[in-house]
Amino acid sequence: MEEKFLIESLSPIERNTLPHLTGDFSNLDEISEKSGQDKTTVFRATAFLKNKGLIEDKTSGKKRVVLGILGINYLKKQLPERALLDNLVEKKTIPIGEIKNVCDLNENEARVAVGILKKKAIIQIDGGRVNLVAKPGEIRNKMIEELFIEKLPLELDKLEAQDKLALQNLLSRKDIIEVEEQKTIEVRLTKLGEEIASKDLNINLIEQLTPKILKQSSWKGKKFRRYDLTSPSPRIYGGKRHFVNQAIDYGKSVWLEMGFKEMSGDLTTTGFWNFDTLFTAQDHPVREMQDTFFIKNLKGKLPLDKKLIEQVRKAHEGGIDGSKGWSYKWDEEESKRVLLRTHTTCLSTRTLKKIAENKEFPAKYFAMGTNFRNETVDWSHGFELLQTEGIVIDKNANFRHLLGYLKQFCKKMGYDKVRFRPAHFPYTEPSVEGDVWVEERKQWVELIAAGMFRPEVVVPLLGENIPVLAWGPGFGRMLMKFYEINDLRELYKNDINKLREMRFWMK
Amino acid sequence: MTILTVNRKEFEKKIGKVTKEIEEKITNMGTPIEEVTSTEVSVEVFPNRPDLLSLQNFALAVNQFNGKSDLAKFNIQKPEKDYLVKVEKSVKNVRPHTVCAIVKNLKFDNEKIKEIIDLQEKLHNSIGRNRKKVAIGIYPLEKIKLPITFSAKEPGDINFLPLDSPDRKEMNGKQILKNHPTGKEYAHLLENSEVFPIFTDADGKILSMPPIINSEETGRITEKTKDIFIECSGHNLHYLNKCLNIIILTLSEMGGKIYSMDIKDPSGNLVTPDMTFSEMPFEIKNLEKTLGIELTEKQTRNFLAKMGIGYDNRKGKSIALIPSYRADVLHWIDLAEDIAIAYGYENFEPEIPEISTIGGEDPHGKNKRIISEILAGLGLLETSSFHLVLKKDVKKMHFDYKEFIDIEDSKTDRDTLRIDLLTNLLQIFSENSNASYPQKIFEMGRVFALDSSKETETGIKETERLAIALANEEVNFTELKQILDYLFKMLNKEYSIEDVEDNNYINGRSGKIIVDKKTIGLIGEIAPRVLKNWKIKMPVVALEIDLGFLSN
Repeated sequence: MEEKFLIESLSPIERNTLPHLTGDFSNLDEISEKSGQDKTTVFRATAFLKNKGLIEDKTSGKKRVVLGILGINYLKKQLPERALLDNLVEKKTIPIGEIKNVCDLNENEARVAVGILKKKAIIQIDGGRVNLVAKPGEIRNKMIEELFIEKLPLELDKLEAQDKLALQNLLSRKDIIEVEEQKTIEVRLTKLGEEIASKDLNINLIEQLTPKILKQSSWKGKKFRRYDLTSPSPRIYGGKRHFVNQAIDYGKSVWLEMGFKEMSGDLTTTGFWNFDTLFTAQDHPVREMQDTFFIKNLKGKLPLDKKLIEQVRKAHEGGIDGSKGWSYKWDEEESKRVLLRTHTTCLSTRTLKKIAENKEFPAKYFAMGTNFRNETVDWSHGFELLQTEGIVIDKNANFRHLLGYLKQFCKKMGYDKVRFRPAHFPYTEPSVEGDVWVEERKQWVELIAAGMFRPEVVVPLLGENIPVLAWGPGFGRMLMKFYEINDLRELYKNDINKLREMRFWMK
Repeated sequence: MTILTVNRKEFEKKIGKVTKEIEEKITNMGTPIEEVTSTEVSVEVFPNRPDLLSLQNFALAVNQFNGKSDLAKFNIQKPEKDYLVKVEKSVKNVRPHTVCAIVKNLKFDNEKIKEIIDLQEKLHNSIGRNRKKVAIGIYPLEKIKLPITFSAKEPGDINFLPLDSPDRKEMNGKQILKNHPTGKEYAHLLENSEVFPIFTDADGKILSMPPIINSEETGRITEKTKDIFIECSGHNLHYLNKCLNIIILTLSEMGGKIYSMDIKDPSGNLVTPDMTFSEMPFEIKNLEKTLGIELTEKQTRNFLAKMGIGYDNRKGKSIALIPSYRADVLHWIDLAEDIAIAYGYENFEPEIPEISTIGGEDPHGKNKRIISEILAGLGLLETSSFHLVLKKDVKKMHFDYKEFIDIEDSKTDRDTLRIDLLTNLLQIFSENSNASYPQKIFEMGRVFALDSSKETETGIKETERLAIALANEEVNFTELKQILDYLFKMLNKEYSIEDVEDNNYINGRSGKIIVDKKTIGLIGEIAPRVLKNWKIKMPVVALEIDLGFLSN
């Protein structure tokens, strides 16, 4: 920065401080005294001046031994070993178990006192009693520890041999003494600083533009103090949408752009909508308690549409639309069980039923929301999962269209390269899984599960076999990748510090 | 997820070298490669294809897919004298059916015995639904005198030495369920039955007590075994036959000679195994329409053959010949998938059809987004919590709440559905005392209550709620009321507040929030008792409202 600018950028406290500095080191206390500013102000001023290259500093540390919390107390009263000794002088012998009470010490103090006096050969322990064995002269003299704490504070470097021994003994006991480091900062002008300091610093600069200055137009002909734009400013945090919801909003926008209508519904449902309408046999493992959250003591109702129930029964038992079905006896009671939905696909089946009557298709729907699995939680498994899925109902839809939608969908999500392979889901046929190429990692990552609803699903709901394309991406996985989260549990942890720092979803 | 792991050397004897190209082919066949090592090959087998669960069967499918093997054909011998299983009426209520076969001239070695046992276990666990639906028994024929009887007896009257008996002691039916390791594992399948099923031979010797365990004497095949008797028992003939046929395919591929048996079943006599194709009529044009590709009859025939399915043209009608061991072909749509796999998913040209539809967002979602924007503008942080919570946490505030909606056998410690959002927000305050204050948070989401109106199918009523909570050294009612005022002004709605007495809030500083004469929630300074329960060291002011009024 030019010299002129440098002078204009000096704040009032820097200006007050600068004349009291020289080319020789002086410490902050001296400067504080000379400039008549408090120490914090001087500290801030020197930091600013250093940033501008006008001064340099030097920090030196001295170690001092000072009293700790207990030490202050012992200095006032006495050390525990002295308390024990005084009592022994009087009583000559004390049972170990009674030291606490007799000497008014706590358990720890009593133990330490006995240990120390034993080490100094002042006492002996015999038959559970402490006996005084030292001569009266030794007893009267102060112990080195006592002398030491009376002398504190002392500089660590300047301790004498006897003090060093006392220091060692006392440091091994908690909170009696502490070694603290005292830092001294000294500053002096740099060459540039000397030059600036020699200039006239008393130029009249506007510090803060005020309504008064504006009103009086007193800014005319004056200069504003220049700010150091690079100096760090205190941090602030804003309010914001939860990052998972930001991602949901984004996901929705992708579906909406593609002309899909949102489906929504309850998180609790009967087995009928979650499983039976999706042609999931009643003895399928997914319908067992170890996979699904069932609600205790609650039995649901089936829909009022008797024909629908009969069609679903038929699809399961002997088949519908030429299918052979699952060849078993379908039980209404099983489908009345109430559970937390395991997939948003239960919304799709309700939607199919809803649009059947007026044949409102071709149509495209999507859902986005929470699903539940009875899982033991770890980094990659949660009991609440975020899922999204879309369906296309269209008389002319085919498998190639499904792949076309998938390709387009992945592209919107930012993945240009997709590959497909066979897969299996109980309610789609054909089924497909899609991997996307992740350039940064140079690898294929599984992202999409998809298929065409089976006729056994579609016919009871729509009344005829109309192709329904369905797919859902692994949304949680995308989310974790974007936010660089490695543990699923982080998504709903609500750590306020982390939420404040979390960046916005930008995709 | 079922993983089939096969011995690489044995597998390569059947299909040739496992190269990268073959690995890709196997994945494209619908059996994704899990791992290939120098000694083993592992693939994932989807639950609809239990017929692929042995090395023999899988290798056949790979060879068919590569055009190296024809359709599986079986030469089944007629039942010889006494090749008979008599099913007595006594099994009707416990395990009504069995299907059986005899296979001769087998050359077992360790690998093959392992393969059979592995297949048996995998079938038990998948299509057999942990032996409930199907249990399989395999016995060395030389230890048995035909014919066989399948009957049920009182457990106290069933005495035999089971396989792997702890003290090599004979046990009765009850003791097996109680003391034998396998008995204990599957006890639930027989426990409630008065009689237990058993297979006995012509000398009255007990072969096994399905679905639990075989006898030590007749129930172990060894390298010396040449001829075997197989039975599958259970409740549903369809699945029993599928299971038996899958095993027969394996044994047939191992070179065994298959003999059928007469099953005298009270509900109708059978001869099993029945390995004839089942016929499925279909129209090629339906496949074309479903897949969006053109198919000639010849292509159709070839693609089906690659998937192990036969094709016949009868008087101009297309018939698919489905192998008896395939359990997954229920509808012609299943042929479409097989054709697609044979055609190659990678060969389909993706296409986007021109359908014009108009998108639309769910109004609830839209409202929530708007509210979030308004509150974020005031510097509030949105949180997102689980719907499943701990009852003991809810009780920190609602100490006398009784109508909990509980979860059965939750694997997490969370045992109930949340009844409010405030519990979550207080928990967040409680866990974040290290973050600087003021802390201002809000959350929107579903809460659950029993449906007193009996309108819902589930008996549960779900409502969308909004909760806001502020924690700071000097936080008060007015600060939150300012936020509420601003929110309603921005939403162009009106509300009023009425005093309310509620244990969870400080008296005289809490009120009902009323919209259109209906109470939609509460606002107030949280009672010190509640804060103490949560170990929150700051005063908190909070509100929670039902968002239903926005859609009216």
